[in-house]
Amino acid sequence: MTMPMPMQAGPIPLLSLCALSMRFEKRRSLSDTLARRPQQVVSAVNDVDLDVMPGETLGIVGESGCGKSTLARLIAGLHRPTAGDILFEGKSVVGLKGARRRAYNRRVQMMFQDPYTSLNPRMTVRDTLREAITVHRMRDGAAIDRRVDELLDLVRLPEGAADKYPHEFSGGQRQRIGIARALSLEPTCLVADELVSALDVSIQAQVVNLLIELQDELGLTVLFVAHDLRLVRHVSHRVAVIYLGAIVEIGPSEALFSKPMHPYSKGLLAAAPSLDPSARRRAPALVGELPSPLAIPPGCPFHVRCPHATERCRREKPALRPVGAGMTACHFAETIGDA
Amino acid sequence: MRVQKKTVVLDVRHLRTEFGTQERPLVAVDDVSFQVAEGEILGLVGESGSGKSITLRSILGIIRPRGRVAGEILWNGQDLVPLDEARLRRIRGREIAMIFQEPMSSLNPLLTVGLQISENLVAHTDLDARARKARAIELLDLVGIPAARSRLDDFPHEFSGGMRQRVMIAIALASNPKLLLADEPTTALDVTIQDQILRLIQSLSRDLGMAVILVTHDMGVVAETCDRVAVMYGGRLCEIGTTTEVIADARHPYSLGLLRSIPRDVAPRTPLYSIPGAPPALNALPPGCAFSARCPVAGGDCADVRPRLQGAGALRQVACHHLQDALAHFGPREAAQ
Ligand SMILES: Nc1ncnc2c1ncn2[C@@H]1O[C@H](COP(=O)(O)OP(=O)(O)OP(=O)(O)O)[C@@H](O)[C@H]1O
Ligand SMILES: Nc1ncnc2c1ncn2[C@@H]1O[C@H](COP(=O)(O)OP(=O)(O)OP(=O)(O)O)[C@@H](O)[C@H]1O
Ligand code: SF4
Ligand SMILES: [Mg+2]
Ligand SMILES: [Mg+2]
Repeated sequence: MTMPMPMQAGPIPLLSLCALSMRFEKRRSLSDTLARRPQQVVSAVNDVDLDVMPGETLGIVGESGCGKSTLARLIAGLHRPTAGDILFEGKSVVGLKGARRRAYNRRVQMMFQDPYTSLNPRMTVRDTLREAITVHRMRDGAAIDRRVDELLDLVRLPEGAADKYPHEFSGGQRQRIGIARALSLEPTCLVADELVSALDVSIQAQVVNLLIELQDELGLTVLFVAHDLRLVRHVSHRVAVIYLGAIVEIGPSEALFSKPMHPYSKGLLAAAPSLDPSARRRAPALVGELPSPLAIPPGCPFHVRCPHATERCRREKPALRPVGAGMTACHFAETIGDA
Repeated sequence: MRVQKKTVVLDVRHLRTEFGTQERPLVAVDDVSFQVAEGEILGLVGESGSGKSITLRSILGIIRPRGRVAGEILWNGQDLVPLDEARLRRIRGREIAMIFQEPMSSLNPLLTVGLQISENLVAHTDLDARARKARAIELLDLVGIPAARSRLDDFPHEFSGGMRQRVMIAIALASNPKLLLADEPTTALDVTIQDQILRLIQSLSRDLGMAVILVTHDMGVVAETCDRVAVMYGGRLCEIGTTTEVIADARHPYSLGLLRSIPRDVAPRTPLYSIPGAPPALNALPPGCAFSARCPVAGGDCADVRPRLQGAGALRQVACHHLQDALAHFGPREAAQ
């Protein structure tokens, strides 16, 4: 078997996840303790290896509860991984403290789905942005206000927006305020967790256009977590498909969407409603539900739902390996992918 | 067309629902008319706040806090608008059932799932305890809950989000309704579970002749599931027609813009079309076309003169003064397909 060669001359990843895992211990109820039931552990992220290149948009998709947000929060430093390492520009950032932690937090900005809860309702847009700029000492004196105007211009908010409060804006505009706040810290990497999911389609387009434009302009690296597959396909250079906390397939966006290789990716993409009424689905795309992350099946984690599963799949965990244009974790990816 | 031959069961005429004071009303649904036939699935789409939920709630007579409903809602020929609460209650939950937008908050966390289904059966059927239990199992089975028998005694929190949503559907279906009002039944769910639920709704409609109004803001869901679709904007209908017609060949500038802003057949990472501006507030709607402030082809008359729904082809109606301009404006790409 040919192993992927370690990166030689190629570009250095901005971010590398190395065997990254995150487990949450479930709080034991009194009855559990009395019955001496073992502590339950949620395996939210399992042994993920991933390189993110500077300037790329990496899309992350998968069913609810598969660990997308946990992965995003690990990268943003909001959780400390239970195992594995995160390298940023080649240096470990797990367990950073003090000034170096703050520097990392500034360069990797998380943006949240719900702009209501992440914006202070009693602060004007100007105050919100000024606060971010001063806390991180990005500018001082008169330069602060100049920067505020620059940022609002950057996210295409109308003049006069600076002195309004969050409730005076539409959802899409509030989302743009959130983006302006993240950009105020001049980050290298944006982690967008369901950034536009709550917005109407017509407003989504505005925010997505802005994101792509800013990225090209500022050379940002973006992790784009979303459940809208059409949107992920549109914005991403590469896409990772997550199942039960592990990457089952990763590859260039167009290749992955036009020809998924893993049976789970195939099912997930086929379940997404098509816009062509004459192409209505026939057989159900995927049966059953995501198993509980409290008890991840042995062997291939997908075998319980997989139409192609064999004895080998129940026994042996498939490794993520090069298949076609990307990497796939399935014993039979070649035959299934080409079917 | 299959749809046309079926009996119309619901005939909504000039529905108007308003809140606020008589002097300064906030009109959430304004002069909305449509029909739904037996076995038909009508999609209702539009932006947040366009009046989709209020339309469904008006049909069911549950507008709270006190909204005023005018117009006619003919259910098998009988007008529901003037009915008192007692008579409405006999129809509600029995002949007409609703799946609400927030499923999590509409299940009682303190009662087992079996009991909640059973309660509904007590209210709307004459089944005895034994038959109710059998029916509850049958219903959970129908909505695809594995090992239904053993899950009757589970509480809602022991179910996943998708399963709770299916329990809500099971409850709504308990009385074999003739009309199902489904308000975003799959919006919070994964595409995989969404796929399963939409299939279920489709097969019930096809096999049992249940009429369905399916509210969604996802055009993909409409394309997969609905026979016809009505597009709402600012409390009014702007276009209604067969799914194929509206999705492949929309005519109203809002429908055209909405469809154009969905990424399809565009090069990756190129700018998406976006409808300029934001949806209007209910208290700032113009007397004319609700979309006029954002419309790329609006003329001088649009903000003042209300466009009426007019036939555009045999099965479609559109409310716009400038249909030709709209086609010309959005034309090139549509034509290229
Ligand atoms: N702080 C926590 N404590 C315990 N369990 C957690 C915690 N955060 C997440 N989990 C669990 O980890 C798993 C993955 O959750 P996560 O939020 O990452 O999923 P997701 O892919 O983002 O889902 P969604 O699409 O619904 O947002 C879930 O089973 C979740 O319940
Ligand atoms: N009780 C009420 N009093 C005053 N206005 C109301 C009331 N209920 C709803 N509205 C307004 O009526 C309009 C239509 O609301 P509706 O809930 O029908 O929107 P919708 O189309 O279902 O939106 P969404 O997609 O967000 O669910 C909104 O502007 C809403 O603010
Ligand atoms: S490894 Fe086996 S079970 Fe897993 S996806 Fe491939 S065929 Fe299915
Ligand atoms: Mg999440
Ligand atoms: Mg609604």
